[in-house]
Amino acid sequence: MTIVLATRRILTPVLAGVLLLVFWQLVVDLRDIPGYLLPSPEAIGTQVRQNFSDILTASRASGTNALVGLLAGIALAVAAAVVAVWVPPVERLLTPLASAVSAMPIVALAPVLSIMFSATSDLPRRIVVAIVAFFPVFVTTVRGLTRIEQVHAELMRSYAVGGWTLTRLVRLPGAVPYLFTGIRVAASLAVISAVVAEYFGGLQNGLGSRITSAAANTAYARAWAYVVAAIGLGLVFYLAALAAERLASRGRVPIS
Amino acid sequence: MTDQSVAAVSLTGVDKTFDAGRAGAVTALSGIDLAVAPGEFVSLIGPSGCGKSTLMRLVADLERPSAGTISVFGKSAHQARLDQDYGIAFQAAGLLPWRSVRANVELPLQVHGMGRAGRAARADELLELVGLAEFAGHRPDQLSGGMQQRVAIARALAERPRLLLMDEPFGALDEMTRERMQGELVRLSTQTGCAVIFVTHSIPEAVYLSDRVVVMSPRPGRISAVVPIELSDRNEDTREEPGFFAAVTAVREALRARASVELS
Ligand SMILES: Nc1ncnc2c1ncn2[C@@H]1O[C@H](COP(=O)(O)OP(=O)(O)O)[C@@H](O)[C@H]1O
Ligand SMILES: [Mg+2]
Repeated sequence: MTIVLATRRILTPVLAGVLLLVFWQLVVDLRDIPGYLLPSPEAIGTQVRQNFSDILTASRASGTNALVGLLAGIALAVAAAVVAVWVPPVERLLTPLASAVSAMPIVALAPVLSIMFSATSDLPRRIVVAIVAFFPVFVTTVRGLTRIEQVHAELMRSYAVGGWTLTRLVRLPGAVPYLFTGIRVAASLAVISAVVAEYFGGLQNGLGSRITSAAANTAYARAWAYVVAAIGLGLVFYLAALAAERLASRGRVPIS
Repeated sequence: MTDQSVAAVSLTGVDKTFDAGRAGAVTALSGIDLAVAPGEFVSLIGPSGCGKSTLMRLVADLERPSAGTISVFGKSAHQARLDQDYGIAFQAAGLLPWRSVRANVELPLQVHGMGRAGRAARADELLELVGLAEFAGHRPDQLSGGMQQRVAIARALAERPRLLLMDEPFGALDEMTRERMQGELVRLSTQTGCAVIFVTHSIPEAVYLSDRVVVMSPRPGRISAVVPIELSDRNEDTREEPGFFAAVTAVREALRARASVELS
């Protein structure tokens, strides 16, 4: 039963993807669309094969930036959330700020940060990723930390404990599924911002810089090959975060 | 060991008024006088909203009285909470879902600084007592409602409290499980010698468990009658004894007497 459901859940999007590729190929072939407008899947596939080792290197560079930035953003967000819940004025300050900042295009900071650091540094991109990842994790973790079940709160009160003991034994573990929901959102954003941050110059080592340079050289099929790699990288991050979230919320009431 | 002359719980002239915002104030309890002796089992019964939970929460120092005094083993309720003189079980089991059954039972011991080995030994002992030894490593969501409630009771007993406070702990259980749990609770309370304040909706449950049944009436919450239960001994046959039926009738009449006064 569950196996049937799982295969259907995987099979349906895969099938849809294959159909889309076939349709795309047919449209490009039959209507004779020029390669600079839309290269065919076949042409892109050829480019992927020809540049495979470079795609891997570039993916590793962008992936490392996304991962380091993501982890730093998560660590900062969790620490900030604990402080925010503990010191209510901090929460009142940070939560509206978080909503405001999450509506801003933070990748736009990339060129500014690039100026602040040397052009051979990955640091500006990682900082951008960390900032982008910070907010969703912060917001969901604060929500998880403040949503404590009344019966748990009263139990701890009956034990005459509060403060750090309450935070450590009830608030933090209770917030874990919320944290992972935030991480799932942040993981996708991390890859996007790591790649897009490269569009603004700096080190020429990742997928974003490959895409811009291929496009600048009118090698559209090659640019698309790197776009495919970026999509794959995003998918890897998303699925890893999703698996972690599932694991963290085992036995819990699902978060709506 | 305990001084038998000091009541486990004593309430004198206790009122509790909640500020209900625009709706004004709600008088949840008015003029409550009640003493519970060490080792005594007292049930609170009455219709919803008559202040049973509030009374229990006052004893637990989860609420403060608006008037009157509450003492627990001769101290203020606040001091008794700080001293961990009572164990408490709520209507919801309230287990921490990320902890194993054993770790849930260990929780009060852990927060009060008992060492790992001591904790584990005590938890095993308690799980044995409530018949869940083989589920020590399970997670709460792998247990039925009745089993979860037994874990909560084991947790309430962890620090060998002299007073056990229970707010409709069997409310969510089916009748069969409920009767079995009642049997276990009687056994536990005699074995440990702790006093119990037990909130319930069920007349037979109150009669089966208690030395005295405190009948309460609403608006404002008051004690309308106290019915002493004189059953020699509790076992499977108790519920079929004439004495049991007589006591059930007595409690029912005490409840109904209040209801008819209200109507008139
Ligand atoms: N925290 C609270 N704030 C306002 N009113 C309350 C609060 N707790 C209880 N009450 C009111 O006090 C009365 C008694 O409640 P409760 O003790 O829960 O009754 P019972 O447990 O007998 O059903 C009810 O009218 C209830 O609405
Ligand atoms: Mg109640």
